[in-house]
Amino acid sequence: MPETKFTSDHEWVRLDGGVATIGITDHAQNALGDVVFVDLPEIGREVTAGEAIAVVESVKAASDVYAPIAGKVVAVNGALADNPGAINAAPTTDGWFFKIETSDSGALDGLMDETAYAAFVDTLA
Amino acid sequence: MADSTESLLETPLAGLHRELGGRMVPFAGYMMPVQYPAGIMAEHLHCRAAASLFDVSHMGQAELVGEGAAAALERATPADVQVLKPGRQKYGLLTLDDGGILDDFMVANLGDRLFLVVNASRKHLDLPRIESLLPAGVTLKPMPDRALIALQGPQAVAAIATLAPGIAALSFMSVGAFTIAGVPALVSRSGYTGEDGVEVSVPAEDAERFARALLALPGVQPAGLGARDSLRLEAGLCLYGNDIDETTSAVEAALTWTIGKRRRTEWNFPGAERVRDELANGTRRLRVGIRPEGRQPARGHTPVHAPSGDAIGEITSGGFGPSLGGPMAMGYVAREHAGDGTPLELMVRGKPLPARVAPMPFVPHRYAR
Repeated sequence: MPETKFTSDHEWVRLDGGVATIGITDHAQNALGDVVFVDLPEIGREVTAGEAIAVVESVKAASDVYAPIAGKVVAVNGALADNPGAINAAPTTDGWFFKIETSDSGALDGLMDETAYAAFVDTLA
Repeated sequence: MADSTESLLETPLAGLHRELGGRMVPFAGYMMPVQYPAGIMAEHLHCRAAASLFDVSHMGQAELVGEGAAAALERATPADVQVLKPGRQKYGLLTLDDGGILDDFMVANLGDRLFLVVNASRKHLDLPRIESLLPAGVTLKPMPDRALIALQGPQAVAAIATLAPGIAALSFMSVGAFTIAGVPALVSRSGYTGEDGVEVSVPAEDAERFARALLALPGVQPAGLGARDSLRLEAGLCLYGNDIDETTSAVEAALTWTIGKRRRTEWNFPGAERVRDELANGTRRLRVGIRPEGRQPARGHTPVHAPSGDAIGEITSGGFGPSLGGPMAMGYVAREHAGDGTPLELMVRGKPLPARVAPMPFVPHRYAR
């Protein structure tokens, strides 16, 4: 299993064979509360790192989800349309948002590992 | 978040909220629980199924005393206050001279005085405004040493009546004084969730003991401001600052029912000229309910377009209705687009989301009529 990396925007990223799977962290889903809708990007869209490409809506509010790396969107989690609650129930597995194909094998180098992300979250409390 | 929370006030229940795991956020100058560990969805559904306790102590409470207090208050509102019998309460608007809405409020006739509840965010404006309109002999007394607790839901009255059986006999929008768990309490059969229930004013020093006594009752769970907001929106009720404000009139806001029949012959309330004209000639815009198609919510400030692309209004409150099982909104649209079923486009992040004008409430009221 490839290592999971984290952004300061509370996305997690797992890169496997040039394709990164991206979702939001358990901390993020907990802060958002009950998720009721997700607006996912078009497959085939070229995105830049840091670009807002999806929106997650909770009962309370709408929040942007950013592309942590540059590349092309090659898959989105269509199951979230009928079951957005998967983002709350299983944020780092079934609740994934989209996959981005990248040619940059070092794309995740600047992101946090799990220990660093946990320490980062502690600074927000 | 750069804003300092140091200057924010707390209600007498702040310690209890933290003990219960409440997530505290700044609201109207107070640190208030937006939700507890159960979450907004569960708290909302619990209120519709059983009974939920809300701390609304941030709201302003005041007494109006003296000969002619009801007539005096009518200088600040188009509500018919004089028609209120002892033990009865009503909802009304405080209006400005130009017809804008200063606030919405509740007024109860307690026999020897009137009891007012106003919004937290507006109390610093409401009370001086009312005071400035009072004749000699009528006095407004703010009650900063009181807490206000709402118990809402189909099991709310049965639950609290185990502590004070007389409460069960109150009809909707009636008030009475009771001793509950040893605490002197002013109880009104009212609320702002669309459910049956009560709002209870108690001395601040007794508030925590009183709240704990309610939370110990079967079926009662705490709920935060998040659930209160989704419940009131499902019930089609306005939130001051979102759905009504100093620019909106009672007629535009579809709140003409708060203007007393007698007041419509006397036309002697602040803003009467505008209201009279709008009742006769109609308004350019109207507050309506809106149902987006699909599951995507549209939030406050979302622009509303006609299918032709013309901008015709704006959403003032919008979200997801847990009991409704879908998105819901209210807002203002041009009068010719205000009919039930009229197709609209909500411009959510620049993309049109199809929607229709829909009757409110979105979830039927269950008041104890």
